[in-house]
Amino acid sequence: MSFVKLSFVAILTTFFAVSAFANTKNDQNSVVGEHSEMNDEKALKHGEEATAHGEGQKKSGKFDPGKMIMDHIADAHDWHLWGEGHNSVSISLPVIVYTKSKGISLFSSSRFEHGHASYEGFELNKEGHIVWKDKANLETIYDISLSKNVVAMLIAVLTLCIIIINMANSYVKNKGKAPKGIHNLIEPLIIFIRDDVGIPSIGKKTDRFMPLLLTVFFFIFINNIFGLIPIFPGGANVTGNIAVTMVLAVIIFLTVNLNGNKNYWKHIFLPDVPVWMYVIIIPIEILGVVLKPFVLMLRLFANITAGHIIILGFFSLIFIFGAMSPAGGLGVSPLSVAFTVFMGLLEMLVAFLQAFVFTLLSAIYIGMAVEENHH
Amino acid sequence: MELVKPAIGLVFWMIVTFSVLLFILKKYAWKPILSSIKEREETIENALSQAERAKEDMARLQGENLALLAEARQERDLMLREARDIKEKIISDAKGMADEEAKKLIMRANDEINKQKFAAMEELKKEVASFSVQIAEKLVSVKLEDNAAQQALIANHLSDLTKNPSAKA
Repeated sequence: MSFVKLSFVAILTTFFAVSAFANTKNDQNSVVGEHSEMNDEKALKHGEEATAHGEGQKKSGKFDPGKMIMDHIADAHDWHLWGEGHNSVSISLPVIVYTKSKGISLFSSSRFEHGHASYEGFELNKEGHIVWKDKANLETIYDISLSKNVVAMLIAVLTLCIIIINMANSYVKNKGKAPKGIHNLIEPLIIFIRDDVGIPSIGKKTDRFMPLLLTVFFFIFINNIFGLIPIFPGGANVTGNIAVTMVLAVIIFLTVNLNGNKNYWKHIFLPDVPVWMYVIIIPIEILGVVLKPFVLMLRLFANITAGHIIILGFFSLIFIFGAMSPAGGLGVSPLSVAFTVFMGLLEMLVAFLQAFVFTLLSAIYIGMAVEENHH
Repeated sequence: MELVKPAIGLVFWMIVTFSVLLFILKKYAWKPILSSIKEREETIENALSQAERAKEDMARLQGENLALLAEARQERDLMLREARDIKEKIISDAKGMADEEAKKLIMRANDEINKQKFAAMEELKKEVASFSVQIAEKLVSVKLEDNAAQQALIANHLSDLTKNPSAKA
């Protein structure tokens, strides 16, 4: 038992290290890529791609891995299935736009014809954002469309609801009996979250926060897993989207600070240090309050996005070499597939780990906020 | 930076979705699941502790049974010993009494025998005296009838008397 725990911790540590590495890379690249195109940034990120990327740019109109990867991990107004350019097949999703002057406009994204047409005065810019056709119009557009990420998230959430509520019903029906089928898979996760995440971090008050912790865990987990499915209804980069992780982090931030007791606030504003150190300590403590959820947000976002980029990068290799010579593409593909399979398995582990890490850290932060004075 | 700019639409839908998800799962899933898991765990724990207690009870009962058995055996031994003692005592008592009785009987018999002996001797004495008298009478009458013989007898007595006067007296 202790061996399992130990190896678990070891794997965890490795992933923290890897994710930290990925983070710094991201930051460096963001500095470099600020004035250039975003594509360059991704190309720099993966050494193998970097050389091939120039190739892709020279023959414009040919395969551009950076653009392809960015298209895949970014949100979109339609759900691309297969094909390129005019032959591409995609599911058009509803666009919902709110502006002060026009109120709510609701129409299908197919009206934009992949950015070639405008509708009701709106059009898509290069990044796929909805803007005014009339460039002089500076009125703010609130785009609350059911985009690819929203739909993917809804599908995942619906699946989760069906599984979990079904489980709850069978538990109520077969009171006191052993669980069966998929419930056998989920129950250990629930018990794991309760006994190894909640209780060690929060203690006696765990029961109050269990629904939140479980919901956060399963939300992240199922979206991570769905993100690994290559085709509809998966493949969207939901948990690798900063908006999603931001909302999760804000929820944790609010939970922590709204439940913070006297002890928690005393720790921040009246710490047990000499008074003259307050000048240093109090700003650090206040920074820590904000930084904790901020790091939660970044970690999940960076890890999941990095995973998607790496897998897509391996696939890109086939087409990069294929562009040079068909034999090269064929030669590199077994290697590429092997690496992708390996990364896919790794990403399944990461899918669980990141959900676990997010939940664990949330539990620890909550635990720090509700902990009673023990001095 | 496109990637790290949160889109307002996604933020909006995420807040809505997550709140609804949290509400629904909390009400319809986590509460019943967590409570039934807890209930099941308690049931299992109770069953285990009950089994443990039953085992202890069994061991205790077995010990008690053994103790009872040993006690019973001891009691039986005691009873047997007592019975043997009583038997021996009865036998010895009976023997003593019988001896005494026999002695008494023998003594009484001896007394009787002695008494009878004395009585018989008395009788015999009396008988002998009467016989002597009768013989004497007969002798006397016979001699008186037969003169000649009487004469001879008297002569005999007389001769004895003369020879030994002291013996005649």
